[in-house]
Amino acid sequence: MVDSLEKKSFATALAGYFGNFKLSEHATGVGFILLFLLATIVGWPNFLQFRNLTNILRQISYTGIIGLGMTLIIISGGIDLSVGSMTAFTGGITIFFLNLFPGDSVLAVILSSMFAIVFGSICGLFNGLLVTKGRIAPFIATLGTMSIFRSLIQYFSGAGNILSNNNLYADIGSGVFLRIPVPVWVFIAVAVVLHIVLNDTRFGRYVCAVGANEQVARYSAIKVQTIKLIPYVITGFTAGLTALLWSSRLNCINPSDCTGYELDAIAAAVIGGTSMSGGKGSVMGTVMGAVMLGMINNMLVLGGVSSYLQQAARGLVIIVAVLLQYNNKN
Amino acid sequence: MDIPKPPGVVPSADIILSVEGITKEFSTVRVLDSIDLAIERGEVMGLIGENGAGKSTLIKIISGIYQPTAGTIRLNGEVVRIGDYSTAKNLGISIVPQEFNLINTLTVYENIFLGNEIRLKSGLLDKGTMRKQAAAQLQELRMPVKVDRLIGDLSVAEKQMVEISKALMLHARILIMDEPTTTLTGHELETLFTLMRQLKAQGVTIIFVSHKLREVKTICDRVTVLRDGKLISVDTVDSVDEKDLARKMIGRDFTQVFPAKKYRDGTDVVLQVEHLEVRNLLHDVSFTLRRGEILGFAGLVGAGRTELFEAVMGLRHVERGSIAIEGKAVRIRHARDAVDLGLAYISEDRQGKGIVQNFDIPKNITLISLVEYVKRHLIDKQAEGKKASHYVKVFNIVAASQKMALRYFSGGNQQKVYLARWVDTDPKILVLDEPTRGIDVNAKREIYEFIHMLAAKGISCIVISSEMEEVIGLCSRVYVMKEGMVAGCLTDEHINEEEIMFHATGIKGRKAYG
Repeated sequence: MVDSLEKKSFATALAGYFGNFKLSEHATGVGFILLFLLATIVGWPNFLQFRNLTNILRQISYTGIIGLGMTLIIISGGIDLSVGSMTAFTGGITIFFLNLFPGDSVLAVILSSMFAIVFGSICGLFNGLLVTKGRIAPFIATLGTMSIFRSLIQYFSGAGNILSNNNLYADIGSGVFLRIPVPVWVFIAVAVVLHIVLNDTRFGRYVCAVGANEQVARYSAIKVQTIKLIPYVITGFTAGLTALLWSSRLNCINPSDCTGYELDAIAAAVIGGTSMSGGKGSVMGTVMGAVMLGMINNMLVLGGVSSYLQQAARGLVIIVAVLLQYNNKN
Repeated sequence: MDIPKPPGVVPSADIILSVEGITKEFSTVRVLDSIDLAIERGEVMGLIGENGAGKSTLIKIISGIYQPTAGTIRLNGEVVRIGDYSTAKNLGISIVPQEFNLINTLTVYENIFLGNEIRLKSGLLDKGTMRKQAAAQLQELRMPVKVDRLIGDLSVAEKQMVEISKALMLHARILIMDEPTTTLTGHELETLFTLMRQLKAQGVTIIFVSHKLREVKTICDRVTVLRDGKLISVDTVDSVDEKDLARKMIGRDFTQVFPAKKYRDGTDVVLQVEHLEVRNLLHDVSFTLRRGEILGFAGLVGAGRTELFEAVMGLRHVERGSIAIEGKAVRIRHARDAVDLGLAYISEDRQGKGIVQNFDIPKNITLISLVEYVKRHLIDKQAEGKKASHYVKVFNIVAASQKMALRYFSGGNQQKVYLARWVDTDPKILVLDEPTRGIDVNAKREIYEFIHMLAAKGISCIVISSEMEEVIGLCSRVYVMKEGMVAGCLTDEHINEEEIMFHATGIKGRKAYG
């Protein structure tokens, strides 16, 4: 008797859950599962191998980390096109800094790691000040700094590779911990922290409010300009992290590295359900978005599709994701 | 056949436009009640009434923007159906809106021809002809505006000239001007009147919507008074004076129930503002607020009441003047300073400046007081939800779920959530700007009761309202503003519609600035 009652209530709960299930609210999750199944079939059996999966995660973690910061910027109503150039710029300067220390010094590696993060944050701060103090539209301001950062690193490197003299440095980017590459751990850690920042802190709440309606925020005594500035600094921080991971992976930086990272970062956020008009988005969505982009590439490679078509598939996924999210609303 | 004519119908004159039995209902609210009005060819007809009397609705029906629920419109004696604004324009009816529909980045002639561009056979724009025609018309109207100037570079008066010119370009025979003088200064006003007389001489019929009685007396031939959606009177301007008109505009029964007023005669001044100046908006504004009182700010739309409190809240740049709270001089540079000093301001623009549409109830309520809910850097969502439940109960907010985005709620419930947000900041001074705009009668009554409840707790309330009965029913003292200044302060039995209207329209009290 009791048993059947419990079963019944469980069944009703389940029915209730799926009865209220709205595709538009879970578009990212559903898309993720479908894509995973598709990739499993297309890439059978190689796709499901642990090595392949960690490889996908490693590949997407560089732009993924930046995408997490980008998510905050987009929610606040802005955009940052300079992140790719910023990453190459920061990575290059960091190696110059590293080479100031002779030999394989551990201290040099630690200091350089901190240097990369601080330097990236400063680049982000510069973008943020252009947008908030300079009142330049984010698209334009960061289009400008995108050129500036790229041009500077090309100038400083003499258009050649910037090589590190420190062999220990390479242990960061190519390191593996508990069978999972270090960049993936960093990606997970940043995602968890920013997820909490967005959902559970005053700052996160205010970022959403400013992005949803700046006037309302202003009339609610929120320091709008400060709230708009900080996401740029955070994104600079994430670009600094990626610069560190990327430059230490091969222990060198090419001045044309990381070109187009901004598009992957934005795509991850958009596929993850972040609204380009601001006010709404999720960090976990961006994680899924980034992984989905990685799965598509991997699937197409395993399926033997021409690499020229990969970009088309990626574009298609972005469009479908946005169609699912926005058109179901009406 | 000796049927008594309704007041709006003139038996034998040359009638260009007449409306017969025009009624308009929005859902169940009747905003116009069988209006009969006949307008003579070539006259300037004044259309006056309080906010919400039905002036705008009537002109929107005449210009095809709204469809009447019942009634007919006759143009030159023939029944016409005006389905939309472009039909009205084709029939020779044009409107000069209160808010200009001009594009700042286009030139004068491009704006005049916007939507009616002249094209060459090739399909390209015939700029030469358009420029020439626009120039010819501006010349004819003696408007000193160059056709190649950008709208953004023009003064308000010049923009209005362009707007009028745009309306006339379509060979308008009936020109409706919706509150055209609100933004004009003395000299510009003269220019407008000269232009209106000229148009009249050319046989254009003008409907002049206003609530400035002196201007109506100056420029109009006849004047129609609307009140509560009903036609009250049509008179020739020579047969009535400003006071008659003011009385006709007001004088309705108090239909809403207000809680009994409680007078507090404490002399304890909570807020003192002196000689406040905001460029082009406020001139030498001073007032005092006492502890626990409900103070009213009345006046016509655009009198500067909203701007005054935005300035006090640090949302506008104050050029001169001082603010003291509980006797201490304070500087407020940012809304945060104001909140910290115990000030709260509920904006009249609930959608644009008040609620966050896609936030749920708890997030909306704690938006300003959020710091109170932060424990070790993280928001205590349980405490947040509990507080929200508290306000849902106290303010009787009807919600299927607290987790629903606010956009799905009715205006009344949204307003209560908005009110709760500011009450949660624990203010000493609460400013409510049009607190009952766009909400139903029951929610209105509840909000009046909350205001009394808050005042009883010692919170000093300021109510800005364009609905006179609201100010009269709630407040123990009322400041009346006119054109960015305080025209007077009314107390006791002087708080009545007549006194307020006299001050708001400039018949009584402090006269124009300078």
